[in-house]
Amino acid sequence: MGIIKTSKLIFDYIRRDEEENIEEIKRAIDGVSLDIKAGQFVAILGHNGSGKSTFAKQLDAILLPTEGTVWIQGMDTSVEENLWEVRKKTGMVFQNPDNQIIGNIVEEDVGFGPENLGVPTEEIWKRVNESLESVGMAAFRLKSPNRLSGGQKQRVAIAGVMAMRPQCIVLDEPTAMLDPNGRKEVVKTVRELNRKEGITVLLITHYMEEVIDADRVIVMDNGKVVMDGTPKEIFSKVEELKSYRLDVPQVTELAYELQKNGVDIPDGILTLEELMENLLPKFAERFPGKVTLGNGVKDGN
Amino acid sequence: MAIKAEHLNYVYGLGTAFEQCALKDVNLEINDGEFVGLIGHTGSGKSTLIQHLNGLMKATDGAIYYNGRNIYDAGYNLRALRSKVGLVFQYPEHQLFEINVFTDVCFGPKNQGLSRQDAEKRAREALTMVGLDESFYARSPFELSGGQKRRVAIAGVLAMKPEVLILDEPTAGLDPRGRDEILDQIAQLHKERNMTIILVSHSMEDIARYVDRILVMNHGEKVFDDTPKEVFKHYKELEAIGLAAPKITYVVHSLRDHGVPVDDNITTVEEARDEILRLLEK
Repeated sequence: MGIIKTSKLIFDYIRRDEEENIEEIKRAIDGVSLDIKAGQFVAILGHNGSGKSTFAKQLDAILLPTEGTVWIQGMDTSVEENLWEVRKKTGMVFQNPDNQIIGNIVEEDVGFGPENLGVPTEEIWKRVNESLESVGMAAFRLKSPNRLSGGQKQRVAIAGVMAMRPQCIVLDEPTAMLDPNGRKEVVKTVRELNRKEGITVLLITHYMEEVIDADRVIVMDNGKVVMDGTPKEIFSKVEELKSYRLDVPQVTELAYELQKNGVDIPDGILTLEELMENLLPKFAERFPGKVTLGNGVKDGN
Repeated sequence: MAIKAEHLNYVYGLGTAFEQCALKDVNLEINDGEFVGLIGHTGSGKSTLIQHLNGLMKATDGAIYYNGRNIYDAGYNLRALRSKVGLVFQYPEHQLFEINVFTDVCFGPKNQGLSRQDAEKRAREALTMVGLDESFYARSPFELSGGQKRRVAIAGVLAMKPEVLILDEPTAGLDPRGRDEILDQIAQLHKERNMTIILVSHSMEDIARYVDRILVMNHGEKVFDDTPKEVFKHYKELEAIGLAAPKITYVVHSLRDHGVPVDDNITTVEEARDEILRLLEK
């Protein structure tokens, strides 16, 4: 069993009238069975209302299954005695940085989580230091969070989660409100935590470019898992993704369009480098002596 | 000419310890019927600038002319200006509050002093413009999807019949299809009704696809003001100020750096496809 496992998970939002009679039932998750290995970087894609965020909330026991089971490191989230342990294992980061920062200064905010867990003071400071270091925000520890940029605030939010020493971080569209630089900062931070500290990452996003070097991509639609594979496998299926209201990175789209028009290019090109490897030899043939093969310009993202 | 700003300066917290210059000598002109993109990193002054354009914020000094008249002149009707220059804030769906979609959209025109009948007529028109039919009218705005809510919010501004529509990140948080739908709708308003549009966005890909001209802000100053293809040629400078060019720009420049004679005016996937196919004689 992986760090996160769900079996036939179903979740219904139930609306009741004033007399507690059921008015409407909306099934947000419909039979999801997944097994996620520790240390993986997993991206979840899906259109607005596809069930991604509801799924994320199951992993931290903010919501509990209507039917089926969620296990975090083998612990069933619906067993009340497991609740605190489950919440210690998974940390959540949400979309709006301003809604998740409460401290007057950065270090205070980061220390809030472990303090709440009853961690001894000395240990709290140690964790605050390490967490701020790991997201590259140590220089800002005495600054007021409201003077920070969006990307910096999200990194503080991530540090706050890291200070609770989770095994797994779930990020629900952490970059939706950020500018391109802020997005890069946050994605880079998350990737480093995954690689260096071995934290399992679940990243929910609408930005296809952020998904390219995930280990695994899961696509949700109507509460179900409809695609599951490596980024290459998923982004090879351009039309299928579009049918789920999603998209592919621009480079992938260009390669796909060229392929459709008779250029010999493999499926699922994800990066500029891959595209160049495939295009340059063709141009070298077409313009002999003019085109050089080798390293291209640095990718902007 | 619709909007002209001359030597616009704005200082936050003037005379306090937190004094911060948010706009520095900004000069710009937005012409009737233009579709302009406004980009800049968080804190570059974009939002401050757009709030000046409809008189919500008053410049520390400088002037703004709307159709040739200085909006800071004594006796200028700022209330009327705010109806003519419609501003759709970020996450506008957070401002929905009425019991149903139709009433919410009626709120603006009613506040303008229109009769109930006229307000309802405006609301119908506005909801049609954003692609919401009568089946939505009686629904609670809170039951709608993210994209639908946002359309209702945009309709609320359109119902006031603005001549200029300013949208602050209208696609933030929407899925890719939702993003395309909203932007296509806005492009249609621009085309069919000749509405002047100012689009604030962090998505260079969207900007490249839709706008005629880009204004780039950095530290309160306007640093570029040109067509997308010209602005994105400066992708290295854009990166230096926390922005980027559309992904496709990097493809084009990488090809050029390797000696492929590809046109460097390309900013969209379609253009790149056509150019590569042409060069490869496919």
